[in-house]
Amino acid sequence: MTQPFRIPGRGRVDQSRPVQFTFDGRTVTGCLGDTVASALLANGIHLMGRSFKYHRPRGVVSAGSEEPNALVGTSRGPGRFEPNTRATMQEIWDELRVESQNRWPGLAFDIGAINDRFGRFLPAGFYYKTFMWPRSFWDKVYEPFIRAAAGLGRSPTEPDPDLYASRNLHCEVLVVGAGPAGLAAALAAGRSGASVVLVDEQSAMGGTLLSEPDVRIDGQGAWDWLAATLAELRSLPSVRLMTRTTAIGYYHQNMVGLCQRVTDHLASPPEGAPRERLWRVRAGQVVLAQGAIEKPLVFDGNDRPGVMLAGAAQTFLHRFGVKVGDRAVVVTSHDSAWHTAFDLARAGVRVPAIVDVRAQVPPDLAARARSLGIEVLASHTVTGTTGRLRVASVMVNPVRGDRVGPWRGIDCDALLMCGGWTPSLHLFSHTKGSLAWDAQAGAFLPDRKTEDCEIAGAGRGLWGIAAALEDGAKAGTAAAKALGRVAGVGTFAVEDDRTGSGVVVKELPTDRDASLAKAFIDFQNDVTAKDIRLAVREGMRSIEHVKRYTTNGMATDQGKLSNINGLMIAADALGKEAPQVGLTTFRPPYAPTTFGALAGYHRGSHFEVTRKTPIDAWAESRGAVFEPVALWRRARYFPQGAEDMRAAVARECRAVRTAVGLFDASTLGKIEVMGPDAATFLERMYTNPWAKLQPGRCRYGLLLGEDGFIRDDGVIGRLTADKFHVTTTTGGAARVLNMMEDYLQTEWPDLDVWLTSTTEAWAVAAVQGPNARKLLEPLVEGLDLSDAAFPHMAVAECTVAGFPARLFRVSFTGELGFEINVPARHGLALWEKLWQAGQSHGITAYGTETMHVLRAEKGFILVGQDTDGTVTPGDAGLDWAIGKQKKDFVGKRSLQRPDIVAKGRKQLVGLLTEDPREVLEEGAQIVADPHQPVPMTMIGHVTSSYWSEALGRSIAMALVEGGRDREGQTLHIPMPGRTLRAKVTGTAFVDPEGQRLKV
Amino acid sequence: MLLIHCPYCDETLPEPEFAYAGEAHIARPADPMALTDEEWRDFLFIRSNPRGTHYERWRHVHGCGRFFNAIRDTVSDKFAMTYRAGEPRPNLDALKEAAE
Repeated sequence: MTQPFRIPGRGRVDQSRPVQFTFDGRTVTGCLGDTVASALLANGIHLMGRSFKYHRPRGVVSAGSEEPNALVGTSRGPGRFEPNTRATMQEIWDELRVESQNRWPGLAFDIGAINDRFGRFLPAGFYYKTFMWPRSFWDKVYEPFIRAAAGLGRSPTEPDPDLYASRNLHCEVLVVGAGPAGLAAALAAGRSGASVVLVDEQSAMGGTLLSEPDVRIDGQGAWDWLAATLAELRSLPSVRLMTRTTAIGYYHQNMVGLCQRVTDHLASPPEGAPRERLWRVRAGQVVLAQGAIEKPLVFDGNDRPGVMLAGAAQTFLHRFGVKVGDRAVVVTSHDSAWHTAFDLARAGVRVPAIVDVRAQVPPDLAARARSLGIEVLASHTVTGTTGRLRVASVMVNPVRGDRVGPWRGIDCDALLMCGGWTPSLHLFSHTKGSLAWDAQAGAFLPDRKTEDCEIAGAGRGLWGIAAALEDGAKAGTAAAKALGRVAGVGTFAVEDDRTGSGVVVKELPTDRDASLAKAFIDFQNDVTAKDIRLAVREGMRSIEHVKRYTTNGMATDQGKLSNINGLMIAADALGKEAPQVGLTTFRPPYAPTTFGALAGYHRGSHFEVTRKTPIDAWAESRGAVFEPVALWRRARYFPQGAEDMRAAVARECRAVRTAVGLFDASTLGKIEVMGPDAATFLERMYTNPWAKLQPGRCRYGLLLGEDGFIRDDGVIGRLTADKFHVTTTTGGAARVLNMMEDYLQTEWPDLDVWLTSTTEAWAVAAVQGPNARKLLEPLVEGLDLSDAAFPHMAVAECTVAGFPARLFRVSFTGELGFEINVPARHGLALWEKLWQAGQSHGITAYGTETMHVLRAEKGFILVGQDTDGTVTPGDAGLDWAIGKQKKDFVGKRSLQRPDIVAKGRKQLVGLLTEDPREVLEEGAQIVADPHQPVPMTMIGHVTSSYWSEALGRSIAMALVEGGRDREGQTLHIPMPGRTLRAKVTGTAFVDPEGQRLKV
Repeated sequence: MLLIHCPYCDETLPEPEFAYAGEAHIARPADPMALTDEEWRDFLFIRSNPRGTHYERWRHVHGCGRFFNAIRDTVSDKFAMTYRAGEPRPNLDALKEAAE
């Protein structure tokens, strides 16, 4: 194709450098510097997509990031598919593959467009009204239908192979938007010596100047001035310019998030280059110079391909050298579109008429139009368009007062609309800066600021290049001065400026039945003027409700085109003024942002840290299967040969109960509590008594929250009078230390105690089983390991296998057991020596799964599994762990709260299934009467459930209402298709008297 | 992301170094067992939850580790000041007057 709509010699694209890409499989030629949209338009292609709800054919509406219609899928190679790329933003390169979306089988003929015929049956709030009944239809009919129809574009199916980077950046002045106002601001601040960052989301800086080459600044053409200005900015060492960089959010204390598109525009990106880079900028001052976004006009058929914003046509003409049609009619409520008409006419586009809804139009504009052979239709309205896949004609009618006269058709292949301009204040609104309605500007303008920022140019409702330059320079100077720099105010001599004004309108008046009109406000979501009025009729009063009921402004452009039109129509329907109705809330991001950019480096193995114990490598070399526990990875079991988990765990359990097992307990949280008041401190923190615990002894410690619920537990050893070795659960270590620090620093600062996290300082090997002492005795120096000298719950410092050690005689298995703590650097060596020494004693390495089974057989709880933050010591059967003589400890008072002492609380009990082979599912709900109607009254749930190799049957623990009073009762566990029966028992399944510890 | 001044380090540092720790100036009763159920409930659960000036605790958890107090506006999220744990509740109006 030969780009019939490209005007030779015009535009900033390189017409000598053709670029070929594909659109729906067909090769399209554009020029270097084109976007997908401009290249398609150069080839006369307006039809770029289908709308979301009615599947109406749609063309490009805008030329910027606010584009609601021209969303396409782009493929940049294997795995690099992106849906909903805005055709107006994606730059083309050879072999880029572009596909239209939301259509089947093809863009020109789409089955889903049937929705358009039935549009009257799909009004606002359709989903809320229609899919309510019958209830049984939800699963089989409604949900599948909605799911099939939902979503825009198709999701990528492969993992994203691209890299995403992120950076922090500090600067004195951040200028967002590099149009005339932003450039002037950056110049003023940069010349003062301030460090300046100037960002723009387009591929080139200049903003409006790129679309207005005929304006002259300081005696130069606009583009020459632009080039000179950019050259000066580049020459300033403290100024950084960033293109293709969108400011996505404005956060507290002048932090602005930027998303920089690094490689999407490159045919062959450099190896290893990130696709996008997220910048977190902390700026002393921020200048928002984001300009304004043109508003569409609202009339029947305003969505046909070929109907677009006048400013977009001007951008396509000047920046890309593309005319959007051969016969373009302009319909406007603002002077700016007149200039577009003049530019098009002079570029050889036939402009039959300018339709202006205003009764009075500036005489100079009217005269100029007539001199170019353009018919001036002031006080006219547009009541419809024709054409299927492209606009073919427009119906225009005269308006006299409230009366709309008869229509006449004007043939056209492009209809350019302008409903005025909306100051782009999204970022300002992110800061909770307030907006005030300015009747003269017909727009919301910035009012009260909350951050150190300046708003410049069209964002303040100013119009024209001269005004923007002057205002930008002022803002840049003000920002520099606020930072204590000396800055002068630049002045600019502007000729041939295009100033002007306009009026704000609701939907255009029509002589036809408004209820049949498809006058779109939100193009992507297919929200019409009629939908807004219906929402108000049906009782929506708040603009936030109108928005959600109609989905107006909820498309990917987040209302950039539709918000003000929706507001004007809603206000009219409510009989209120626009400011009384107000705006919906703007939230980040300003424009659609990839998850990749937000995730940055935090993906795959960098998503979170993996903590490994000193023994991890040994476990890995033995083929251990790992599981994540908090941030640790722990060996879950050590399968041998073809063993599955159940077989491996059964073997490991047998070994511990009959010989000896070796377990890596290094992940246990450890806190060294030291100081003269250490015992007093623990006395106050834990439920148990500590004052009388002798050095060389340890005790199970139970930690409650002030609300009386179990927070953590662990064995605490007293090494000397003023030194305690506190252990916590693996996941609770940081929480417990934080809680201890809190009480120590803020409640009891008088206590002389020091807390040190020693979790990673010690490697811990647990030796458990009847052969434990036999294994250990030859390795231990300086300690008599006999039961009399070193009984259960003793602790000592000694030497084990030549390493300095803290040796605990403790058991989480119910067997004779020792836990050997050695400095972490000796952990692996100790482990290997134990392993070697254990060979003659039947030593077996076991993992966390076996540890869980063994402790459950003894009824030992796992905090966080058998408790859930609502379980008291009484509920868990741990009343024995409370120091009865203690006057106070954290949570003691709460144990007398009415709810805590009430009957019927959920209590931890054992469950034995009627069928001993049946292992219950953890989390399964428990009912008393299985014959009651659904939904049944659930009285508890299974917290722990395992196959017990020692008992040759399944065991379980459960939290059950009034559980201990139900001992002996049979309860029921309904599962899909069947109901299981289980008897309530105590929780100690193996050796309830603890005889096996006394050896 | 907020910037927070640690009154112990005397430095203004990014929010990820800090952890929020609830409302400030709620001292644990000296003798909880002497309290009625209602008094204990109020201590445990009842918080001021204001719209506006809030006295609250933060911990410089990834810095010096100290708990300190702050005055923050819950609408704007802005900190008026931070001060050390144990110092009396500052009178914000007096501070404002003094500043003016």
